[in-house]
Amino acid sequence: MKEKRLLLGDEAIALGAIYSGLSGVYAYPGTPSTEITEFIQNDPLAKERGIRSRWCTNEKTAMEAALGMSYAGKRAMVCMKHVGMNVCADAFVNSAITGVNGGIVVIAADDPSMHSSQNEQDSRFYGKFAMIPIIEPSNQQECFDCMAHAFELSEKLRLPVLLRMVTRLAHSRAAVNIGVPCQQNCLKPDDERGRWVLLPGNARKQYDSLISKQPEIESCALESPYNRLELGKEGGTGVIASGIGYNYVKEASPEGISILKLSQYPIPKEEVKKLSSHCSDIVVVEDGQPFIEEQLKAILAADYPISGRLTGRLPRTGELNPDNVTAAFGKTSSAVYQKAVNISPRPPQLCQGCGHRDVYTALNKVLEEYPTARVFGDIGCYTLGALPPFRAIDSCVDMGASITMAKGAADAGLYPAIAVIGDSTFTHSGMTSLLDAVNDNSPITVILSDNLTTAMTGGQNSAGTHKFEAICLALGVEREHLHVVVPLPKNMDSITETIRREIDYKGVSVIIPQRECMQTLSRKMRAKKNSTK
Amino acid sequence: MKTDIKLSGVGGQGILSIATVIGQAATASGINLKQAEVHGMSQRGGDVQSDLRLSTEEIFSDQIPLGGADLIISMEPMEALRYLPYLSADGVIVTSSKPFVNIPNYPDENALMEELGRYTVHSLDIENIALSIQAPKSANMVLLGMAAKYIGIISEQDLKEAIRAVFSRKGEKVVEDNIKAFEKGYESIQ
Repeated sequence: MKEKRLLLGDEAIALGAIYSGLSGVYAYPGTPSTEITEFIQNDPLAKERGIRSRWCTNEKTAMEAALGMSYAGKRAMVCMKHVGMNVCADAFVNSAITGVNGGIVVIAADDPSMHSSQNEQDSRFYGKFAMIPIIEPSNQQECFDCMAHAFELSEKLRLPVLLRMVTRLAHSRAAVNIGVPCQQNCLKPDDERGRWVLLPGNARKQYDSLISKQPEIESCALESPYNRLELGKEGGTGVIASGIGYNYVKEASPEGISILKLSQYPIPKEEVKKLSSHCSDIVVVEDGQPFIEEQLKAILAADYPISGRLTGRLPRTGELNPDNVTAAFGKTSSAVYQKAVNISPRPPQLCQGCGHRDVYTALNKVLEEYPTARVFGDIGCYTLGALPPFRAIDSCVDMGASITMAKGAADAGLYPAIAVIGDSTFTHSGMTSLLDAVNDNSPITVILSDNLTTAMTGGQNSAGTHKFEAICLALGVEREHLHVVVPLPKNMDSITETIRREIDYKGVSVIIPQRECMQTLSRKMRAKKNSTK
Repeated sequence: MKTDIKLSGVGGQGILSIATVIGQAATASGINLKQAEVHGMSQRGGDVQSDLRLSTEEIFSDQIPLGGADLIISMEPMEALRYLPYLSADGVIVTSSKPFVNIPNYPDENALMEELGRYTVHSLDIENIALSIQAPKSANMVLLGMAAKYIGIISEQDLKEAIRAVFSRKGEKVVEDNIKAFEKGYESIQ
């Protein structure tokens, strides 16, 4: 009998990868992708097989290391949240030009509705841009099953495969049937130098080869076990439902419809044409941006009726849910009770006792004396400093932007320009920003708030822990303008004095408030208590 | 047969342990289950919720539709009210009666309890009950015990078995505390 396990979508992907003979996972934490790598880090079979799983500094280093493992002949996986695709895009797009040796599956976890993100970009566009196969599982069982399929596809086509997840599948649990693990690949480095040395002469050949593979990639999608045409009443409505969109359509169960369940791309044109000739019109139900809907116009006749997010049949933004999909098929929403009166929003907040709190208290106190000051924030728990009671930051854009935006604003004459960045974000994308600032001797004050962990995603190791002074000095920050302080209420006077002095200095200064995250600290203390019991 | 449950509370209150126990019981008794959680930033003292769907049939959507929840189980009274539009016509609310106030604009407590009282609701000071049996960390299992009567698709006995399975690695004392807490909650709804 097959073993059954209750798994999150993320965990099903992780276990599916391990069972597919994975040799290494490369990732930077990011909601909703984090649990994939964490699962592999704790899985007994992964440990037994020595699967490489430590966190990477950022998504680009992750993608490149995976490419190296693939070059050496083994199967590698890269995991990230959707915006991580922007960081690794250079390596990702070029990995389609080199192609792979051992299979590579890149997991991009999208976050429609921005539960924990700054945009809702749809990673399927990256897959199309790189011209590689994309897989978009519909449920937890498919998450597990499609990993073996994805690695086989990757090695058959000699291309990386993109697997697109969304929050609701990543963070939803269901029972999954588990098969038998297959062996890992042996070390077998690729000997074809021409594929891997992308000088223009080689790159042109590789690009031609990628183009010539396109019909085969499409026929793989046509034959994919994850795409399925369910024909209903002739002359009725046809639905193209991708990924978890399929579930909402089945839940709404509109009468007589035909469904093309789409979980592998490129869009199989033949199936779409079959659906269109069987039906009077097509509704596209896809989570994220109108990726399929836009492409249909090039597949079907200009006057064929298509509707979806672009036409307003489904909301243009935000995630799909059973309610908006049901409404798209003419049934009304069925709330019995209206919204309650006696409720207030309860936004997340910095933990009691968190060092970031003391940092913002000190910063706000000093900045009362500098009304023209602007504070450029970054991505992490400390972004919550934007909310009351602190209201301490003026911007938050992308990983590492605090330092470089402060620098640019200082270049424009803004003073004081202050950056607030966390330790993990600094090593992810802030070090090059600091080097730019040092080289220009920009008058900025950088507060590198170090809690010794990647806190927002649940306390993963941070790449630069115990190395920040050395990194800043090596990048050229002057010793006398580099300070480590301990953010505690009792040190408030000396911290404010340090901030004030460095704002007055017209060059680059870095202040490192350093104190462990309350969450990781209490977890360690609990573990210690339990072990001494 | 199906039971759709909306679990709610404040980050850190232990709603996910309730979900884990129900999930374990469902899997052990061969009932289909989907359980959608919210991870990430909302854990930090913000509102958290989880959709738990149990059915003898295939379950498609990971999320419960509006008006679809048979049960709201909440570790906090205002958080129970937040999901009212998801409650079905004959749905039941099982909640802790004790407000968790970590925001400046928390509504008037009397008005809040009065509004809750307009629905089919069971509310108890679960923390106090857990304290009274010297199991202060088991308040969430008191709540699960209260809800057990309404989780028609899984028996009380299967839920207790699941508590044993889920907490066994933490030792017999923790298991017993949680079973006792569950029973206290269960008895209160007779």
